[in-house]
Amino acid sequence: MTRNVALAVAWRSIHNFLSNPAFLVPAIVFPLFFFVAFAGGLSAIAGTPGFDFPSGYTAFQFVFVLLQSAAFGGVFTGFAIARDFEIGFANRYLLAARSRGGIVVGYTLAALTRAFVTWTVLTVVALVAGMEVGGAGVELFGLYGLAVLVNVAATLWAAGVAMRVRSIQGGPLMQFPTFLILFLAPVYVPLSLLSGWIHAVASVNPVTALLEAGRGFISGEPTQVALAFAVAALLPILFALWARGGLKRAEASG
Amino acid sequence: MSGGALPTQVGQLARRSVLRTLRQPAQIVPALIFPLFLLAVNSGGLKDATNLPGFPTDSYLTFALAVPFMQGALFSVMNAGTDLARDIETGFLNRLALTPLRGAALLSGLLAGAVVLGLVQAATYLTVGLIAGAELVTGVPGALTIVALAVSITVAFGSIGLFAALRTGSGEAVQSLFPVFFVFLFISSMALPLDLLQTDWFHAVASANPVSYLLGAFRSLLIEGWDLGALALGFGIAATILVIGMTAASAALKTRLVRT
Repeated sequence: MTRNVALAVAWRSIHNFLSNPAFLVPAIVFPLFFFVAFAGGLSAIAGTPGFDFPSGYTAFQFVFVLLQSAAFGGVFTGFAIARDFEIGFANRYLLAARSRGGIVVGYTLAALTRAFVTWTVLTVVALVAGMEVGGAGVELFGLYGLAVLVNVAATLWAAGVAMRVRSIQGGPLMQFPTFLILFLAPVYVPLSLLSGWIHAVASVNPVTALLEAGRGFISGEPTQVALAFAVAALLPILFALWARGGLKRAEASG
Repeated sequence: MSGGALPTQVGQLARRSVLRTLRQPAQIVPALIFPLFLLAVNSGGLKDATNLPGFPTDSYLTFALAVPFMQGALFSVMNAGTDLARDIETGFLNRLALTPLRGAALLSGLLAGAVVLGLVQAATYLTVGLIAGAELVTGVPGALTIVALAVSITVAFGSIGLFAALRTGSGEAVQSLFPVFFVFLFISSMALPLDLLQTDWFHAVASANPVSYLLGAFRSLLIEGWDLGALALGFGIAATILVIGMTAASAALKTRLVRT
């Protein structure tokens, strides 16, 4: 039963995403735009003393943009959930579905599909732009595996907010913390080249482990793999509890 | 509203615009916080860029301080445009159309809120930047020029927001312009000076992007000293955008009033 509900919700969300250019175009264009702006505009950073990332600055920034698009794919799915509550469609889901957890699973599947579309375009563009990939099959599987877990975590986070606020006005609540935690990681240079307050903050930011591991994968020099996957696996579990609480609030609200 | 002289009409609408801006913390707070957050993150994360040969200063914070003024101006597009779009959506513009109000008064008055927001933003960014350790080699006169330039750019960008609102009549459509303007900001000399942009196509696009020269005008005052050429270019681009924006907005206003 959960499976049927999940597939039905996912199908509708995926259909909405793929058939509406207002949703599809930004999901593809924004990550590309960040990739172009960071990898193109900041390529000189690779020349700073101490910057020795073996696959070059394009690959260095690709990992950040991949994880960023994973997170924001989840957040934008949260917007869709909030919109469904605003127009009353989510309440019909709650009435019709015997397994309400399946609704959240369905949205999560839709977010993943959405992310796969974005990642496909992003990866092709990066390769065409000359990105050097030092990692082999297993390592790249690890990189995209991290992105999948980040996407699931972000979707569950945004779903938890959306089901509590039940309005698109909750958008900043979903978006701003995600933006904050992503940009307080070593975005432009490796952690070792950061100094001052940003180094202190980035050192304890869980996203740093994901970024460093992802960059290790793409350059073929895996690093912090166990820590990164521990973080990436823990986040969906925590946010699943958060989303479950949101679902209960939505059910209680009638 | 009585159909008095143009200054009276402008004054009435300006007062409404300013009050409306000041009464919406949701417009003011993000316009102040978001650029300062990015300033903090970028000045921390890109500090090593100052080690690049040819980088114009040893303080990345000083170099990056130009950027919030531009981001603040982008918020003015959204705020001015969204306010006018709401007037269209609620029918307020239709009611104004029944009065002897002149189009010039309407557009000028609506930009008053952008002027006030521009002043608040510029003073805040500059004060926070200087407290955080940024340099300002041109001193107090330079600070006043920075505020004047920031307000000029804010008003110029605000006129584009008015045009977008009049053309589309939709607050949602105006909001969707925000990422488009961000493209202009990101593909500019925002993060590095033009001559340090190594990717050829990026350098070419950034060199043709007026935002690079607006940033250059701010940076001249912060880093280099009085560079009249850079300032003339900055104020000139702001004036050109304002003329284009107001001309387009006037034409869109006429069309919209004919439609109603």
